[in-house]
This record gives sequence, C-alpha cells and structure tokens, in this order.
Amino acid sequence: MTNSDAVLVARDVTRAYHMGEEPVHAVRGVSLEITPGDYVAIVGPSGCGKSTMLNLLGGIDRPTSGALFVNGVRVDRLSDAEATRFRLHHIGFVFQRFYLMPALTAIENVELPMAEAKVARHQRLTRARELLAYVGLAARRDHRPTQLSGGEQQRVAIARALANKPSIILADEPTGELDAKTGQEMIKLLAGVNGDGTTIVVVTHDEDLARAARRVVHMRDGLVVDDRRQDAP
Amino acid sequence: MLLRLAWAALTRHRARTLLAMLGVAVSAAMLLDMVMLSSGMRESFKNLLLSRGFQLRVAPKGTLPFDTDATIPGASALVARIRSDGDVTAVSPVLGGQLHVVLAARTVTAAAIGVEPAVQGDYEITHGREPAGPNEMVASADFLAASRLALGDTLSAAAGYDPQLRSLTGRRTLRIVGVAHFIYMPAGQRAVALPLATLQSMEGASAGDRVSLMMIRARSGANVDSVLARLQRALPSVSVISTASAMRQVDDRLSYFRQLALILGAVSLVVGFLLVTTLVTVSVNERLGEIVIMRAIGVARTRVVAQIVLEGVAIMLVGTVAGLGLGLITARYLNSILASFPGLPAAIDFFLFQPRDAWIALGMLAVAGVLAAVYPSWRGASLPIALTLREEAIG
Repeated sequence: MTNSDAVLVARDVTRAYHMGEEPVHAVRGVSLEITPGDYVAIVGPSGCGKSTMLNLLGGIDRPTSGALFVNGVRVDRLSDAEATRFRLHHIGFVFQRFYLMPALTAIENVELPMAEAKVARHQRLTRARELLAYVGLAARRDHRPTQLSGGEQQRVAIARALANKPSIILADEPTGELDAKTGQEMIKLLAGVNGDGTTIVVVTHDEDLARAARRVVHMRDGLVVDDRRQDAP
Repeated sequence: MLLRLAWAALTRHRARTLLAMLGVAVSAAMLLDMVMLSSGMRESFKNLLLSRGFQLRVAPKGTLPFDTDATIPGASALVARIRSDGDVTAVSPVLGGQLHVVLAARTVTAAAIGVEPAVQGDYEITHGREPAGPNEMVASADFLAASRLALGDTLSAAAGYDPQLRSLTGRRTLRIVGVAHFIYMPAGQRAVALPLATLQSMEGASAGDRVSLMMIRARSGANVDSVLARLQRALPSVSVISTASAMRQVDDRLSYFRQLALILGAVSLVVGFLLVTTLVTVSVNERLGEIVIMRAIGVARTRVVAQIVLEGVAIMLVGTVAGLGLGLITARYLNSILASFPGLPAAIDFFLFQPRDAWIALGMLAVAGVLAAVYPSWRGASLPIALTLREEAIG
C-alpha cells in the first residue's frame, strides 16, 4: 500500500551491475516510502547499497527492476533529458566531496542550477545572495572553491542544492570530508533546512548525523534490515 | 555561465591550451597556403592574361603564346582578316626576339618585342612616351640600369649575331623615348620594345611579315567564344586561344601543384582535427567529476556538450586567426622564393590570397574544430552519473 502523500517511493527496487566479470547486487528488493518534510538517514556498513539507493532515489541511476516515484512521477521511466530536467527542479544533491565548479565563485556555483532553469539574472542573483546568507557565507560569495575551507565548500554545495527550491535534498556522506566541529555545523544546517520544510535523505556513517534524523533506515547486503523512527535530538 | 566555464577550462592549463592553439595555427597556415597555392598561380595567370583586356590570342598552330620559338607567317594578312571581324576592336601583333646593344666596351643583350605601339598590350609606359617613329624604342628600367643609358639616349643595336662572320646583324640606331614596365617579363629582365616593322626588318628575311603572337580584344558584350570559333574557322593555319582555353591548358600543366596542395591541405585539416580532439579528450577526462556533477544537478547534456565544444571552437578560432597571419607571412616568403624561378613573368604569384577561398578553407578548419570537440564532449556528457561518481570517489 502506497502512502499517496509520499514524496519518495521505492517499490521492490533492485540494482545489479558488473564489477569486471562479477555481478554485484547492490540493492536487492528495497521498498521505501518517505513523506514530505521527513528527515531520513540511511545507514549501514560500506558496500551495503545505501549510496546506490540514494542515487536511485535521485534519478542519477536506474534500477534493474522495481519502480521509483518522486513527487508522484515515476522517475525510472523518464528519458535521460526528462530525468535531468526533473532533477533540476525537484531534487537537490549534496556530495561528500562537495563537487563545486572550481572555475566559478561561490555565488556563481549557487546560480548555476538557476541559470539552467532559466531564472532571470536579477532574480537568481538575489536568491543566490539569500542562500549564501542562509548558509552563513554572505561574506564569501565572491570566493572560489579553492579559497574556501571544506566546511564552507559544503555550505555552498547546500546553497546550490537549494537553489531551485527542490522539495527533496539527497546528501551522500555530507560530513564525510569534514572535521568534527565543522561536521556539527553541517548537521545543524541540514536540520535547519529540514525545519524549513525540505525533505532530507542522507546516507551517512556519521552517528551524530544519523541521530539528527527523525527516521533511520539500516541497510545490509542490499536490503533494508531495520527502519525506525527516532525522537528528534 | 557556459562561457565562464569554457574559459576557465581553457585557462586551467594555459601552456597546453597555447600549444594547441599554436598547433592549430600552424595547421591553418599550411591549409591556407595550400589553398593559395592550388588556385594562386592559375588566378594570377588569368589576371595577367586579362590585365590589358585582350581576351583572345593567336599563336602558331598547336602552341601556347611564346611557348616555342615558332612564328606565324603572313601576319599582315591575318591581322587584316581579324580586324575585319565586326566583334574585334583591336589586334596587337607581337614579335619576340633579342636586341644586342653595342656599347663602348661591351654589349648588353635584352629581350625585344616588336609591337604596334598604338594597340600594344605588353607594357605600360612609366616615363616618356610610346615610340612614334621607326627608330624609336622603349626600354625597361633594368635594361637602362644594365646599359647605363637614359631616356632620350641614342644607341646602336643589332637583332642577331652571325657566327660565321662573327659580327652582329640587323644593326640599327635607335632612340630611347620611353621607360616601360613589361607585364609578361620576369623580374629583372632587360627588355625593350620597338615598332614591329623595325624589329622584323632588323631580324632580316627570316622574320619578314612574321609574328610570334597576336592579341585580340573583342567588343564589349561580344560573345568571345563565338568570335573564337569564327576566327578559328577562318584561320585554320593558327591556333586561336581564348583566356578560358588557355586557362584549361594551364590547369592541365598545374594539376601537379593542385594535387600536392590538395593532399597537404587535407593533411593540415586532419592534423587540426586531431589536435583539437586530443586536447578536448584530455580536458574532458580530467574533469569527468565536474561534468557528471553538472549533469546530476540538472544541467542538460546538450548544454554540457555546448560548453565543451565552445572550448574546441575557441582553440580553433584563435588558432585559425593566428594561422591566417602566419599563412600570409609564409606565403609571401615562399612566393618570393618561387617567383625567382627563371622565365616566369614578374606578375605571376604562386600564392594568391583570395578572400573567398581563404574563408572557405579556414571555415572548414573551424567546422573541423567543432566536429573534433563534439565526440569527446558527447562521450563525457553521456557517462553514467552514479558509476562515474563512484569511480571518481575511488580515484
């Protein structure tokens, strides 16, 4: 039974690929529903399939079988161009390695998805400034990624993810490259983003980050082995 | 934003980008030179033939003008016959020969042409005037320099040398009344022109009423091919050649040049193509992470491709513009070497810049640049996002 309110729905999703000659079953029949405004942490040991699951939910990978719905749209059946367009407007990504465009300044990195969405220059400049202020980097907007610390780069990446006002943020190990103090700041920032109504799904090994989520999904060997709600910290 | 990203990619490895641009410039220069070479001599020859408005030439049967020492006998009657054609406005008979000018301690030899000054199309007077009397002549500046004679001087000249008697023959006293630039003569050639009858008389019985060539100017608006056909029918003992048919014969003789130019031009194009492909491929491989992240956050594949192609186009454009200058400089240098080839008219250029051909060649190079960038950029933008990110993360 599918919750009609769910923003993310996975139905018996599998993902298999080959590593050399060996077939790898990264996800083996996962079903999941995530409701709007939820904060979900997917945890589990390395190689359990959690990043693959996140990529599937974000439409940057396709399941071998099963069905994936995001905001009611079956994303696994979208063409490449449709999926790209869908991601632009509905999903924000945050990666462990930040992956900012090194040639662009912080504000230009935030503008990039808006430019692609054909937001007028004046509007996107205003929003980019607001977002950088929101993540605490108003004073660093004209700096390039190489002039920013890891924490600052990840903040810019979060601002970029929020640029087109997506309903969902998918974050893959967002604190993985940060020191403990900066990681805590990032956890607070993500909690704030979630508090503003954005659904967040994080894949993490970071126990503190997992504790910040309202729901924790445990995966092992490509399967969900535990899925429970927890009290907000 | 795309421009910024493309510019940043190009400036990330400045030395490499500059080297690629230099490579394209060399390639473009070579392509331009080959295009200039393939058509330059032909067009230059055509311009030369048409420079004085004579569209038809009459040469001894089976030859090109001045291709051999053969002459046309009975020239007066032929000239009269040709002039009687209603579409012919001028006929300029020309006899080629040599003039030996006897000076105090030496003899200076010059190429001589006998012409009818009123209708001649072989030279342009730069100082003085046309010969008006039978014992007047015009000379090239090179002749005057070699003989140390000047405008207004009188000289003793002969048209031949009798080896048995060991004496000059056909001697005549002539007065220099003009200095002329001889259109069909090689650079540095000592040349003189005198009335046709005077040169025929100096050359003796062998040149009596003979000419080497007749140049014919048709009436404006006349169908030159029809005039040619009519004259050829009326004068079967000679070859009547239009500029077009002369060009066809020149084309046959220059086919080697064109083939060589075509092959080398194609090689330049391929080299330019490979240079850009290599550079763009390396550049794409270096930033696969960036490319797939752009795709992940929703940048369309076509826009990612456009950005990378833009880099290839920029390399090609800068290289091509630099190649244009480089090509013109090298063409000028090579032309100066080839133009000193003995016997070639000074007005002939091996490398002739023709804007249309040049733009076509350079346009082809620019298109090659775009095509060269399309494949690696499309490949980069089509990589599976999740898999590539995983591989990037593994390093």
